[in-house]
Amino acid sequence: MIMAHSYTPGLKVLQKTTVDKERRLPLKGDVLVEAGKKVAPDDIVARTHLPGNVQMVNIANLLNIDAQDIADVMLVEIGSEIKEGELLAETKGLFGFFKSSAASPVDGVLESISDITGQVVLRETPIPVEIDAYMNGKVSSVLEEEGVVVTANAVFIQGIFGMGGENRGELRVLVDNREDELTPEMISDDVKGVVIVGGSFVSLEAYKKAISVGAAAVVAGGFNYHDLQDVLGYVLGVAITGSEDLGTSLILTEGYGRIPMGKRSFELLQQHNGKFTSVNGSTQIRAGVIRPEIVIPLTVEDAMGSKSEKDTASGISAGSMVRVIRAPYFGDIGTVVSLPAELQQMESETMVRVAEVEISGETLVIPRANLEMVETS
Amino acid sequence: MSLKSILATDCGSTTTKAILIELVNDEYRLRFRGEAPTTVEAPFEDVTRGVLNAVMEVEEISNRTLLDGDQIITPQKGNKGVDIYVSTSSAGGGLQMMVAGVVKSMSGESAERAALGAGSIVMDVLASNDGRKPHEKITRIRQLRPDMILLSGGIDGGTIKHVVELAEILKAANPQPRLGSDYKLPVIYAGNKKASNEIKKTIGEQTDLTLVENIRPVLERENLNPSRDKIHDLFMEHVMQQAPGYKKLMTWTDAPIMPTPGAVGSLIEMIAAKEDIAVVGVDIGGATTDIFSVFQGQFNRTVSANLGMSYSICNVLAEATLENVLRWVPFEIDEKELTNRIGNKMIRPTTVPQSMEELKIEQAIAREALRLSFIQHKSFAVNLKGVQKERTISDAFEQSDSGLSLVDMMDLDLLVGSGGVLSHAPRREQSTRMLIDAFLPEGITQLAVDSIFMMPQLGVLANINQKELAENSRKAALEVFNNDCLIRLGTCIAPVGNAKSGTLMLTAELTMSDGSNQQVELHQGELLAMAADYEAIKATLRPAKGFDIGAGKSEEISTTIYGGVVGLVFDGRGRPFNLPVEKDKRIENLTAWSNALNEYPLESAA
Repeated sequence: MIMAHSYTPGLKVLQKTTVDKERRLPLKGDVLVEAGKKVAPDDIVARTHLPGNVQMVNIANLLNIDAQDIADVMLVEIGSEIKEGELLAETKGLFGFFKSSAASPVDGVLESISDITGQVVLRETPIPVEIDAYMNGKVSSVLEEEGVVVTANAVFIQGIFGMGGENRGELRVLVDNREDELTPEMISDDVKGVVIVGGSFVSLEAYKKAISVGAAAVVAGGFNYHDLQDVLGYVLGVAITGSEDLGTSLILTEGYGRIPMGKRSFELLQQHNGKFTSVNGSTQIRAGVIRPEIVIPLTVEDAMGSKSEKDTASGISAGSMVRVIRAPYFGDIGTVVSLPAELQQMESETMVRVAEVEISGETLVIPRANLEMVETS
Repeated sequence: MSLKSILATDCGSTTTKAILIELVNDEYRLRFRGEAPTTVEAPFEDVTRGVLNAVMEVEEISNRTLLDGDQIITPQKGNKGVDIYVSTSSAGGGLQMMVAGVVKSMSGESAERAALGAGSIVMDVLASNDGRKPHEKITRIRQLRPDMILLSGGIDGGTIKHVVELAEILKAANPQPRLGSDYKLPVIYAGNKKASNEIKKTIGEQTDLTLVENIRPVLERENLNPSRDKIHDLFMEHVMQQAPGYKKLMTWTDAPIMPTPGAVGSLIEMIAAKEDIAVVGVDIGGATTDIFSVFQGQFNRTVSANLGMSYSICNVLAEATLENVLRWVPFEIDEKELTNRIGNKMIRPTTVPQSMEELKIEQAIAREALRLSFIQHKSFAVNLKGVQKERTISDAFEQSDSGLSLVDMMDLDLLVGSGGVLSHAPRREQSTRMLIDAFLPEGITQLAVDSIFMMPQLGVLANINQKELAENSRKAALEVFNNDCLIRLGTCIAPVGNAKSGTLMLTAELTMSDGSNQQVELHQGELLAMAADYEAIKATLRPAKGFDIGAGKSEEISTTIYGGVVGLVFDGRGRPFNLPVEKDKRIENLTAWSNALNEYPLESAA
């Protein structure tokens, strides 16, 4: 039996790379900045108006007339503006008495009148939409009428799961090492607007505390899956997040449960403690996967001296450092000893491609699909 | 035209699978297969790349030349190339539709059935009576951005007001297609033909409107095919044109590309019609579970959009509840630990179960995903609602309204499973158990799995319409289906009824293909397995008093049954089926049933 083999490349953890962020409007509109301009996270780069909400009013029903007679009772023409409460239509009544009428439920423009259904359509005022720059950087290109690409030299770290969309603030590491739990006691009022970093775990209580003091985001190794329900108000059945209104974004670098944060991620965050950071908790685990991210734009001084890295989504080979991402060795880190070509049978009797991995002095056989690259450079 | 060789691919959302079929001794057989990651997303953004990679794998294994550079060689010349190439696709999220009807349970449901049957995902059903206000419907349409809309409503000649109202809502929403902004959204109108002009007037300008025959010309009859065919045409003309690389792929294929589930559905329909049997087919994937059925000659398909084994595994947990998943797990486990493990599978969907414990948990979840999907299917696969039925005096006292499920487990002849967890289970006994536990077949039911999920490719092959190719490609589809696609697991024999544990339920007298005789006694609470190949076995089944094996309570049946790689499974756990509530008893039973079927290695079954 042959199993579909797909290798999970490691999440990106890059100490210096070029980050391009497309900032695109949902509909065409106006781009407010030019290529080459330096931008700050809160700068508005593009703006548009979404068409207003639509209200339908059934005049024929309200006035108790036939739909085909609607033209006789309309007081407003197509294309005209109308205020809430103003009369849309009125019957002539009997000798001027017993008139019945219909008023507009909203401010808007009369868009259409139907003599089949007796309905009119009112369109409310357009809704303005603005897009900001998200991070410190430069506008590297303009997408005509749609938005811009903001580019920065930055530290770029992907998490495995997150919630709560975009946020930004000063980066502050609150634990001494990557095995430490981020506890409620570590979180005080002075982390308002700050991206706080813990080690292996953030409990529900600690995350709630972070929300209550107004932290911009919490970054940690793990969180309990069943506590998500308490935060979200529903059971998260499919990992598609980003639009929830939490105030404080959550980014998990490792997964559910208590798992020490990857060494490299933790060291990079420590190294840039105090820097201004942009984060996005949005996650989408489907074809076209989106992982949450931490972007720390580098200053000119920062950027000097270190080499720029490219994403190394190459496969593993003998000597690669890997992490196991499924039970029974979940979270363990080891070194690949060899990659046998033939399929091997696991305890579960599943036949898979495997790697021999040395973990704490012992050589274990683990499905390649259950390994993740740990970058060591 | 004679066909010596056929290449078929299925471009799935993650993997592109290629199969090579060849005529061997006047019979079509699956010869080789290959697969490669689908390349619809960045950085490739060209589906043909993945197709070529999958075909290259076939080239390597088969030691045959199929490609000339970036071209598939057709027709076959000597040992090079293939006679025809066909493909299905569900890449890029498949075909996503919204349907609308006047009455939700009538034209709305017919429209949904047509769209699902064509292989689409139905994102929402709008109806005049769905309880939402017009502006709520408008917001919904705008948010969803479907690939296509099917609008129906009203019987021919009836009132047009409501269906025109729906068109006005569409107009006001002015929906934009999901892929590409330079074309108008395709809308199919399949409602009251008297309203056609008004519909044209309302949305003809704004959308790419096509009129087809009414989906429900009279209350008593559904007319789904014109809509289904038009959905396929528009899928090719519009949606596929926008997906990266498909324009190129379309020039390669010798027949139109079909949406994957549409191809599977049509194959199942064809098998059911040819053998005159009732069939249920299930495909359990990472994100969704599709169920197809043909009962009383009526085809139905449902998609449980968020019941799957990886991307949506946590949703199975949410919908089934932890308690229901745990009832299938034959050992004790900490609940917090279990939910974290399942959560980690969701965020790392490509991992595989290494330990036996992980496998058992995964198969427990699969049982619940299948069970829930089948509940959804049963409630959708129903008689037409709103139909006045002639009633006899005896019926008149029964509340047997229209809208009854067509799914009758006693009528079911063949249950086919596919998808990773069923097709790739380390032991076929495990697939057998998962199918039986989740679907709870009644009476006599054949079980099978699609070995490598090639039903999509065979479905598109069976649907080639060009005269000169149709006959042979259909023959190829059927022969490969019977010879190579299905792995016959065996037959499940499950008496309906319940009695005290240990009570005799059924006596079976079997004459095997070699002429030997066997007798089986089945008692309440037992699960028995008997090895038997996929060969005709003469069986006389005598249910005990009060039990039914298909002919009515206590009625004997003499028939022919077939074994398979697992053989005959006698399920004496009763119908309706209930697991013991008490934990120790439950684990004891689960272990005993597993051992009876040799489902797991003995040492870890406890």
